[in-house]
Amino acid sequence: MIVEIGHFALILACLLSLIQSTFPLYGSLKGKGRLMAIAAPAAYGQFLFVTISFAALMYAFVVSDFSVANVARNSHTLKPMLYKISATWGNHEGSILFWTFILSLYGALVAFFGRKLPRTFYVKVLAIQALVGLGFYLFLLLTSNPFERIYPFPMEGNGLNPLLQDPGLAFHPPLLYMGYVGLSVTFSFAVGALIEGRVDAAWARWVRPWTLLAWCFLTAGITLGSWWAYYELGWGGWWFWDPVENASFMPWLVATGLLHSAIVVEKRDTLKAWTILLAIIAFSFSLLGTFIVRSGVLTSVHAFATDPERGVFILMFLFIVIGGSLLLFALRADKLQPGGLFAPISRESMLVINNLLLSVAALVVMFGTLYPLLRDALTGEKITVGPPFFNLAFGFLMIPLILVMGLGPSTSWKRADLMGLASRLKFVFAASLLMAIAVFYAAGGGEIMAGIWLAVGLWLLLSTLYEWAERVKLFKSGALARILRQPRASIGMSFGHLGLAIAVLGMAGTSYWGAEKQEIMSYGDKVSIGGYDVTFENTDGVIGPNYTAVRATFSASRDGGKPQILKPEARVYLTPPMPTTEAAILSRFTGDLFVVIGEANNRAYDQWAVRLYHKPLQVWLWGGVAVMVLGGLISLSDRRFRMGALKGAKK
Amino acid sequence: MTTRAGKRKKKRLYLVLTSMTVLVLAVGLVLTALQDSISLFVDPTELKERNFADGQRIRLGGLVAEESFSKDADGLTYHFDITDGAETVSVVYKGSLPDLFREGQGVVVEGSINQHGPFVATEVLAKHDENYMPKEVVDSLKKRGVFRHAEEEESI
Repeated sequence: MIVEIGHFALILACLLSLIQSTFPLYGSLKGKGRLMAIAAPAAYGQFLFVTISFAALMYAFVVSDFSVANVARNSHTLKPMLYKISATWGNHEGSILFWTFILSLYGALVAFFGRKLPRTFYVKVLAIQALVGLGFYLFLLLTSNPFERIYPFPMEGNGLNPLLQDPGLAFHPPLLYMGYVGLSVTFSFAVGALIEGRVDAAWARWVRPWTLLAWCFLTAGITLGSWWAYYELGWGGWWFWDPVENASFMPWLVATGLLHSAIVVEKRDTLKAWTILLAIIAFSFSLLGTFIVRSGVLTSVHAFATDPERGVFILMFLFIVIGGSLLLFALRADKLQPGGLFAPISRESMLVINNLLLSVAALVVMFGTLYPLLRDALTGEKITVGPPFFNLAFGFLMIPLILVMGLGPSTSWKRADLMGLASRLKFVFAASLLMAIAVFYAAGGGEIMAGIWLAVGLWLLLSTLYEWAERVKLFKSGALARILRQPRASIGMSFGHLGLAIAVLGMAGTSYWGAEKQEIMSYGDKVSIGGYDVTFENTDGVIGPNYTAVRATFSASRDGGKPQILKPEARVYLTPPMPTTEAAILSRFTGDLFVVIGEANNRAYDQWAVRLYHKPLQVWLWGGVAVMVLGGLISLSDRRFRMGALKGAKK
Repeated sequence: MTTRAGKRKKKRLYLVLTSMTVLVLAVGLVLTALQDSISLFVDPTELKERNFADGQRIRLGGLVAEESFSKDADGLTYHFDITDGAETVSVVYKGSLPDLFREGQGVVVEGSINQHGPFVATEVLAKHDENYMPKEVVDSLKKRGVFRHAEEEESI
């Protein structure tokens, strides 16, 4: 019964979105107040009904109602409760319902927090938001109904892929989706502004918090996924340039660009058309990401749906949304009069370079991701584009980007003095170069690229700190008061850049100075790696809730210090039957020690295949991203972005 | 023409020039980078039929032949055959095998062509689901007529 209510609520939400996307839009164009008044209640109603629908599906998972096909395929009674709940969004139908749920959540949030927006614009934004929603409701109801029943129903479910039974992965999709779908708001704002024919500083101030919010979620979500791959897949890698990773990375790159170009619109009233275009592209990449993941057109470890019918639907949907909005852009962009002028050396130019590099980087990633499809369609040859391509092409775009990042915040708006800039930052530049050389030799040398990345990371670190110190006049009296009085947006910027610097250093450390060993070890054997002496103590059996495992015990000590215990496991899950490896990781500020056991090498089971990795500065990577997200959140709490404060800014 | 408009034109010119430079650089980069990192997907029959030059990167996909798996004394070097039903290729691999590697299962290995011996794999691609058969392998097996339909139904 509850399941039918869920299905019914979904149909109601679909109808509401149809109403919300048509009547209010017409009303706003013709100036009919009554029709416009429908928009907000419809948005709340949609949210209510989708929530009911999603809760109904979650209920079916919690009580293991196997008469629902989706639950039977993806759940099992023996599964821990957390994974029963996370299984709700761990499958194709559920994840699309979840996407739609978040879309309606954002719709309701916009309806609530945007009450003080100019009336006609507010209504248009909500109508566009509903239009996107309509596409997803139809997709659910026509091709991927999560509430479909089966008869006769099985007594027991199939279970969830054990690799997905992990706390990191339980929360990875929600965060990622909050990010993906958050960009829909930016998109609705952009399309609304195009129909309205007006973009100004106030528009940028409305759009920025939504973009920032989406960006924070996207950053956290991508990193959580990468962290999961790092500790769960047991290869010691954290980024594989897999199509699905790329799918989430492309919108991130464009959203990062958008975040910066919106500042130019807000402060200098220029780059408007470009910013609108970026907003459209960012959301298009979100949809493309869904297409890539859900249609299964690209062979990927993540693709859990391979159904051409759905693919065709998404393709048409993509065509309508992206094509339609770009057409609208082409027709209306000339209405957006550019405002402030700027010289080639200025803060604006720095941000333009940032945008160019980020967009080109997104294009490069897209090319590498879709090229195999293109080649297959044209020649019938099946190929893969490997990580070397991405590392090379992407790396070469990121190095100039980070160099400019160090300069940007110290450059003044409109017109900056190149000589002055150079003389202020030359010591910072020299210092980062010297430090990089010193660290490079202390680490025992290595590839030249390692040194370059080190220098680039240090440059960003030092120049960000230097700019902050200069801004708060750190060494003059009253510095503390000035530090505390800094606007939150600038504090956020400093944190954001600082976080990236730390992450870049971590990346350089773990990518270029890592060590890897594969050994056959007997009890008592010792291996040295990354300064650790690792001893294989013994193994024993473990019975988990829905798996059995062999658990090995290793002790690792450094320079004769107190030994640390590591316990990697080789698990076999019962439903579905599947072996997995659980790595044991010893995380320290200077690096991670990562131990995985494979299979026994003899019948006595006291000799095992063992893999050990040393990953220097790995925690810097995760920590750096955390600092970036923190920066985003600080910036988000800036007073200027609060809706109440916006009234003064309106003309 | 006012000076303001003139300035704007000049600004736009700079912008266009910078964009063009970045784009040209990027395209150049992309094309160079692509050359070394494309690997072609083939099945054993195609590998034998087509004469690839030494050093060409290949992803070879098929089924791990029954009773072909063996381990060297060091415990870390593996030998096995990959078959598509029609042809069989011997593979040598030193490294760690994915959890789901088994005889009779689908597999994709990556390596470079070396015409003087067995196919030396640098990587055995991990697949994360016991039902999961790489799409390319399924296509190839269907083409060679050995794909069992039972397997297709199992994967629901």
